[in-house]
Amino acid sequence: MSAIGWPNFRSLNQEGIVFAIAVVLFVAAAFGLPGFIDPNNLVAIVRSVSVLGILALGMAVVIIGRGIDLSAVAIMAMSVAWYLQLLNSGTPDGLAFAYVLAGVLAIGLLNGFLVAYADVPAIFVTLATGSFVFGYVRSQLITQDAVPVPQGHWVELLGGLRFLDIPVEVFVFAGLAFLIFLFLRYTKWGRYIYFAGDNPVAARNIGIPVRPMLVLRYVLSAFVAFIAGLLTAASLHSINTRVVNSTLLYDIVLVAVIGGIGLSGGRGGVRNVLVGAALIGILLNAMTIIDIPLLYQNLIKAAILLGAIIVDGIINPRDEQTAQQGDI
Amino acid sequence: MRLIKTLMAAATALAVTAFVAPTFAADDPGPAAYAQALKGKRVMLVPLAMGFDLAQGWAHYLKTEVEAWGGVFETRDPNWVVDAGAQAITDAISSDTRPDVLIIHAPDLNSYSKLMKKAQAAGTYVLLVDNPANFPADAFVGSDWDRLGQLEAEAAIKGCGENSSKKIGLVQGDQANSSSLYQYAGIMKVLDKHPDFKVVAKPDSNWDATTSRNVTTTMLQQNPDICSIIDFWDGDATGASAAIRDAKLEGKVFLVTTGGGEKAADCDKLQDGTYGAVVMTELARQSGDMNAIIKFLLQSGQPAGTSHTYIYTLEKATTKADLKPDSCWDLKALQAEAAAK
Repeated sequence: MSAIGWPNFRSLNQEGIVFAIAVVLFVAAAFGLPGFIDPNNLVAIVRSVSVLGILALGMAVVIIGRGIDLSAVAIMAMSVAWYLQLLNSGTPDGLAFAYVLAGVLAIGLLNGFLVAYADVPAIFVTLATGSFVFGYVRSQLITQDAVPVPQGHWVELLGGLRFLDIPVEVFVFAGLAFLIFLFLRYTKWGRYIYFAGDNPVAARNIGIPVRPMLVLRYVLSAFVAFIAGLLTAASLHSINTRVVNSTLLYDIVLVAVIGGIGLSGGRGGVRNVLVGAALIGILLNAMTIIDIPLLYQNLIKAAILLGAIIVDGIINPRDEQTAQQGDI
Repeated sequence: MRLIKTLMAAATALAVTAFVAPTFAADDPGPAAYAQALKGKRVMLVPLAMGFDLAQGWAHYLKTEVEAWGGVFETRDPNWVVDAGAQAITDAISSDTRPDVLIIHAPDLNSYSKLMKKAQAAGTYVLLVDNPANFPADAFVGSDWDRLGQLEAEAAIKGCGENSSKKIGLVQGDQANSSSLYQYAGIMKVLDKHPDFKVVAKPDSNWDATTSRNVTTTMLQQNPDICSIIDFWDGDATGASAAIRDAKLEGKVFLVTTGGGEKAADCDKLQDGTYGAVVMTELARQSGDMNAIIKFLLQSGQPAGTSHTYIYTLEKATTKADLKPDSCWDLKALQAEAAAK
């Protein structure tokens, strides 16, 4: 290739492609759109993808271990809705928080147990628990879709927190990204996730506790979803459980996958989530500034994603290994 | 002689009439006919979802009234899923206990048209509530969304004032729901008459509060001197208000929205200044309209689909200045009342 003067595209993977698209969009928007490069707008971009990015971090850990968590959005919305409902009906804060935290961890454990020990495919388990969580909480524990944060409660105050005029969720996103980076890169269990995701049978044969680790990942994902829910409620002063029916879940998977985390497991990391979130954030912000109607926004978003996947398919053709083990 | 006889007969008749008259009142045929026409009739409400204030308010007022005249009131909860709503309607039509009146809150202009036609063919009266649809229902009860949009625009213009930037931002719902489309048309009608006022941006929220917050943040970033924002529903206007709060523009941006007039959702937020004006639906009156047309249809004897009536609810833009104790209805109070029974 380089013999005829082309750059070596082979070294580009999906992460690189998406990063390049993000940079091109950023530069184009910076020159073409008034106010885009304004520091406040840049903060707004990061903030708009913070909750999405946090959820995608949890999802990334699960996907790297060759799983998927489709209950994340249900856990995020319903746990916080239940928490706020308890507060509104007069339950002491500490007790309410303990109930909800226990509930969140229980669902994570249930997900992990069914996947790890009952050998049910993750996609079915989490689809079912997600529906269960939504249905149970919505019908038994809360009275309506939107639950407000009680006046003056710490969740409301959390939403107003700013450091250097930057909203708190940006710091939480950054902090969690750093923690998960450290976990995946420098801890033994973090490294094991890659082994287990790449080849679960071999990982088990060399003595890695594959099953307990699987459970841990789903618990982690549930906990991260709870944090994302608290941040959403903090900003909006209420949580609307309708979000469970929205496309948020697909957006989470999308952020992780377009960033280059393969659904077949064993590959990717925090950087991929950041790249994916950056692309989505820049894209949505630019389209809102140009005032493109939502229908076209979805079309453009889908076209760019499809483009990234097609280009990846061309320059990184599927090899023997992926053909054998397959994606989810 | 003959004359006397006739007179006597007339007098007797008069006397009899006079004598019977008091019992005549007890024999008012109204209540019996009413009871006969209504007793045991089934009314079903299929809203977009049962989980939000409007639906819960309608259900409360309808249930109270329907059960009072001996009918059966049921609801179905599609939980914002169009397919689930279609399934609920299909099941209702084909079940043994087919409702006599079906009240449908349509998700868009066309989705349920065929099903509603089927329902009418089976003999069920179809009422559309809140959202119009491309279907000749027996009655439509709800807002004239075009008029509602005009009221919002007028409130926004008033909220901005003459010496403002005269820049208005819209946060639309989506491009499919009739309430969003007609609201937009109404707003633009008023703004066309005020050419000095400009719409600087009109993103969609897709009825989601987080999206509303994000697009409003961008809108305020681009146009910090916006004097008013119209968000198309109080369900997601919490997002727009969060963006205004974050941009520290509280009190500078006049936020206008529309909603079902529930206390926590609307009046409390007018009171604390989150919303500048809310075009509220008087829910009790709207439910009363539904109850009246249901009673009329069930007694009319006319086959379903014969007449097409539009009953638009009286709307007005309420601001903090004209907030009264009874401006809103209280969902919590209704729930407590229902729980106490």
